[in-house]
Amino acid sequence: MTAVLGKDLVGLEYLSPDQIRLILDTAEPFKEVSERPIKKVPALRGKTIVNLFFEASTRTRISFEFAEKRLSADTVNVAASGSAVQKGETLVDTAKNLEAMRIDMVVIRHPSSGAAQFLGDRIRSNVVSAGDGKHEHPTQALLDLLTIRDTHGRIAGLKVCLVGDILHSRVARSNIWGLLKLGAEVGVCGPATLMPRGIEELGVCRFRRIEEAIEWADVLNVLRLQLERMERGFIPSLREYYRVFGVTQERLERAPRQLTIMHPGPMNRGVEIDSRVADGSHSVILAQVTNGVAVRMAALYLLAGGRPELADAAKGPAGGANE
Amino acid sequence: MRPLLLQGGRVIDPSRSLDQTMDVLIQDGKIAAVGTGLGSPDGADVRDVRGKVVAPGLLDVHVHLREPGNEDVETIASGTRAAAAGGFTAVCAMPNTDPVTDNQAAVGFIVRQAARAGLTRVYPIGAISVGQKGEQLSEFGEMVGAGAVAVSDDGKPVASSHMMRTALEYAQTFGIPVADHCEEPTLAAGGVMHEGLVATRLGLKGIPAAAEEIMVGRDILLAELTGGHVHLCHMSTRGSVELIRRAKERGVRVTAEVTPHHLTLTDLACEGYDTQAKMNPPLREAADVAALRAALKDGVIDCIASDHAPHAYDAKEAAFDDAPFGVAGLETAFGVAWTELVEGGVLTAAELIARMSTAPAAALRLPGGSLKPGAPADVVVLDVTARWTVDPVTFFSKSRNTPFAGRTLTGRAALTVVGGTVVHPGEGPSAA
Ligand SMILES: [Zn+2]
Repeated sequence: MTAVLGKDLVGLEYLSPDQIRLILDTAEPFKEVSERPIKKVPALRGKTIVNLFFEASTRTRISFEFAEKRLSADTVNVAASGSAVQKGETLVDTAKNLEAMRIDMVVIRHPSSGAAQFLGDRIRSNVVSAGDGKHEHPTQALLDLLTIRDTHGRIAGLKVCLVGDILHSRVARSNIWGLLKLGAEVGVCGPATLMPRGIEELGVCRFRRIEEAIEWADVLNVLRLQLERMERGFIPSLREYYRVFGVTQERLERAPRQLTIMHPGPMNRGVEIDSRVADGSHSVILAQVTNGVAVRMAALYLLAGGRPELADAAKGPAGGANE
Repeated sequence: MRPLLLQGGRVIDPSRSLDQTMDVLIQDGKIAAVGTGLGSPDGADVRDVRGKVVAPGLLDVHVHLREPGNEDVETIASGTRAAAAGGFTAVCAMPNTDPVTDNQAAVGFIVRQAARAGLTRVYPIGAISVGQKGEQLSEFGEMVGAGAVAVSDDGKPVASSHMMRTALEYAQTFGIPVADHCEEPTLAAGGVMHEGLVATRLGLKGIPAAAEEIMVGRDILLAELTGGHVHLCHMSTRGSVELIRRAKERGVRVTAEVTPHHLTLTDLACEGYDTQAKMNPPLREAADVAALRAALKDGVIDCIASDHAPHAYDAKEAAFDDAPFGVAGLETAFGVAWTELVEGGVLTAAELIARMSTAPAAALRLPGGSLKPGAPADVVVLDVTARWTVDPVTFFSKSRNTPFAGRTLTGRAALTVVGGTVVHPGEGPSAA
């Protein structure tokens, strides 16, 4: 176990700026591993990792799985649907069972905020949150930070605006903490019905209209609008949402500067984002996906006790991990 | 029954504005005399209570005893044992049992179980509506005949304003208050803590202060409309305090209670997803705590009630969203209140005793709350210098859920007497 990041990674709120920078810096050498013909290094050989997904997620689970496999860890995927058993009971029992199996790490995705910390407090293994309720999605924010740094060469001083459903978004919360800690200015923009109480007190500025956000920002991180928000009455219709808050080509053309466009995926084209914007030259949406694997490799490596200064060596010579 | 002489204590009886060192003699289940240098009758059990406070037994108008239906969590016997340990000589039992206490037989069952336990007195509160479904009025008259002292659908709000109006009108026939859990259900739906910055950070769904205040405002207007007596349960917001203050100034028949936890904790207690801090209404902000304390001091809020809500030992061992609401509060109520409010300089000793005995008795028009000669001998001796650390494992309650575990408190019951019988800590001359 290492003290570099602490035992668990459950949120960026609980990390220092140096710890966040360390993960991003450690991700750099791991990026190259994914570009090799044989995408494998022995850094986590012999370690066992359980991917415990209480919520469906293809993209995050696959990204974690690739990260683990490229680090040579032994992985098991458990997809537990929260519907069959009472969620709380399952979580306690799951924790006890995992503890009994002496696994090294757990990656958990859960619909309840705080579930990752709950598990981390009860087992000795390292716990990595892959998203808990509306709380945090730390590795998503880390890959967003890495992508911004790659694109702009820095994070400090940039103006980054999160657009959409801030109220229900764990991606938004993790991004706010990470960006603020690394010195960015952070904006939020979306319907007032999807804005959490007291959000300004976190140190972010709030834009009521997307036009104002676009005029202000260097980077837009466009959040996915869960389609059920309309059914629950937070917005009247998807059509109106697109009309009022959609990130469209026309709106971006009126911006005083070129904006970098990000989206954590999966996208609803024509709802929160115009296809032309998503596929446009200033979209870094696919770079985000690529960086996701590297950042997760870095986080897992550091949590497992990997020495940051050895990350470069840990990846070994190209193809060196061929077994 | 042996006479009991409590010698040399600081006798505080708010019903007679008494606060001085005296003896209290209890005979035949009644207060026989209060005075200095009282002689001890033959065979009397004489207790030296110098340095301790002798007061009317504490009265808790809001507890959940869970019997019938959830006897693994609490029974009337275990709950009244916890109450006795907390210095309470009487408690009001909320009707959200299983089945719901919504008829005379169910009320009678509670009365009988309490008599069988023979500890703290239990005054049942009947349900306002059959099954607490908010549809059909329960038989208030028959329930009162069986021993009910009030009606409430607590655990749930009375969602329908029409139902609340009807209850306030009908209850007047029997001279009982209607107690409401004030929570506008559509605003509170899915909420697990106070809506504010902490909830935003934790990513938990909030319950806005307005969810309570809308119902407080509605209930006050309906009490005004009908002339009925509404008792507002567990007030938690400064907005509610203002509504009650103005209603009382207009002469509306409204009484209100506040819990020890709402008087002492804020939503910051939910940090780290601590499910022990999950309760309904939720813990609010520092400004709310300050307003509640001021309201308790000046009588806008009448009394302290624990809202004792026991849960199974593992029920709180869950993600915050999945854990149940509630605090097992009977055994910490006095210690928390004395430590935070009296030692904290908010209330005098006499004011706190009043808010936990005389005032709740008056609010629900119950016997008790007085050491007047001839009154039933419901008396508590409080050791207000005792320092103790809250260890839920030692609770007499079957449950352990408390946000005060590990806290060092000052003040606890040294002796609890109900109708002349010592119910805590049990028989024995050295116990006090
Ligand atoms: Zn209630």
